Amino acid sequence: MGITFRKETFRDDFTFKNSPEHIRRFPFPFHEDAYMYAVNIEPHVVGPKGSVLENLIDVDEHYVAEMQDRALVLAEDPLRCQSLPHMTLAGWDLLELLMEQQALGYPEHFTLTRDGDRWRWINRPLGIDDTFTFGDTSTLPYGPMEYITRQSQGDFCILDQRDGNLWMDAGMVTTQADWSLDFDIGMNFFEWHAPVPLAHEKGIFVRALKFLTNIQQGKPARRLNWTMTINPRLDTSPENYHKWGPDRATVTPENVGDKVHLRVELQSFWRLPRSNGIVFPIRCYLIKMDELVTQPKWARRLHRVIRDLPDELANYKGLTRYRPALVEWLSKLDDGSATSPGFGPD
Amino acid sequence: MVAKSIISRPVYGTLSPQPGKHHLFIADAEGALAIAEIAERAPPGFFDDSEIVFIPGPDGKHIAALEALKPAQFHQAPSFASLLPRLRQTLANAHMGLRLYLSGTEGLIGQAMQVALEAGIDHTSIQTEHRGSLARRMQCVHCKGITENVTTQPATCAHCGLLLLVRDHYSRRIAAFQGVCINAEDRSEIPPMEEAFP
Repeated sequence: MGITFRKETFRDDFTFKNSPEHIRRFPFPFHEDAYMYAVNIEPHVVGPKGSVLENLIDVDEHYVAEMQDRALVLAEDPLRCQSLPHMTLAGWDLLELLMEQQALGYPEHFTLTRDGDRWRWINRPLGIDDTFTFGDTSTLPYGPMEYITRQSQGDFCILDQRDGNLWMDAGMVTTQADWSLDFDIGMNFFEWHAPVPLAHEKGIFVRALKFLTNIQQGKPARRLNWTMTINPRLDTSPENYHKWGPDRATVTPENVGDKVHLRVELQSFWRLPRSNGIVFPIRCYLIKMDELVTQPKWARRLHRVIRDLPDELANYKGLTRYRPALVEWLSKLDDGSATSPGFGPD
Repeated sequence: MVAKSIISRPVYGTLSPQPGKHHLFIADAEGALAIAEIAERAPPGFFDDSEIVFIPGPDGKHIAALEALKPAQFHQAPSFASLLPRLRQTLANAHMGLRLYLSGTEGLIGQAMQVALEAGIDHTSIQTEHRGSLARRMQCVHCKGITENVTTQPATCAHCGLLLLVRDHYSRRIAAFQGVCINAEDRSEIPPMEEAFP
């Protein structure tokens, strides 16, 4: 049967929507009625059927539209995809990982066949059938990282590990929550997280780095992160902030349900076998308030989380301007009753 | 000088003589004073293996004081841009044992370090000392243009004209602080421009 890929946009007329099945599988990021930073890292193992964790690299109904949006971003700004010269081997590692995982999880859509270094990759949703030599960049139309990440949902950062630190030395970043790969490339773990408030003081990054530098091959890890976005816009880059920033001033009590989106990042961390780098896929899921509140537990809980969020965090996540309208709208869906533990809907 | 900062913001020290075979000093304006002070603590003959490259400030001061240290080479440059070809060659031909000392404005330290990084020198091995103006080199995250000698907060991008918040977030690779549109959400909000980096 396979996935029915939606025809939709993440810009201009914003036709992006989730089907009812995709609303149920949305990775709601709050397991209790409050939110604060934590080192919420856990093993990235396969989860329940029908969840976003059914496969370790998730492909969903938005795949084709997301790849089209990525191509548009790259045509406007090629600096969203960069790889420092020593990162090519890690790019091949990533190509192997994504081809294997996508072919494993979705054999009706992707097929990888290998004859020594001679590989054939078939990507049916995007109409690609390429044969190439693994390790020989001249046999692909792009570098290995760019080639495969033009065919994989989510942003990808490849981190080089040296001197006891992780260095952001390559990446494909077109669906980011307001950070710039072009500015941050070459920085170490603490430097590229420098603008994040509160978390440094809590020792979050020291502990997270310790964990990440010890990730072993075949034992990936994951965490969820979240923010909010006005309109289902994937490209909320700082580069284009002057273009999408005005959206935040368009939220009214009448349009909250349609305009305000919860944006959840499923971040995973994988050791790469040849380069010893770490790849850090940042998979973005969007859901509009009207869709989210079809699950009453999520509506109640989100109301409480947003209402009680420390101002510094709300500011960092860019919610300040429309938070009052959002809280007011959500409050009408919160009867004050208890919410069950855990992430899932009731 | 900076009340609350962030980890990507460079931290500068005080120049001190390092063990090495060859010492390359790059300074601008009041950065010359940092070299004069290291001379007081340096072992005899230290400047026999040294090269000093100096970009004088508008007041033209400190040239004679540096020449008086009798470095093996002394080069005076009118601007950092004019110095670049020479500096690239010096670093490309450098051997083990070269020590690099940068002093003066943040813009000078940052740009010299950028060239050194490109030549494969680890940034932690470079001695730096900030002297003089706090003016910042800023990259506009939107148009990618660099604006030199930014002293105000916010600041206008010299390339695209957007009004930018000058962040503490700093890239060694670009040798610049990041500037992000301060009134992107509502262009009619014009915050007052204050002298923040004199």
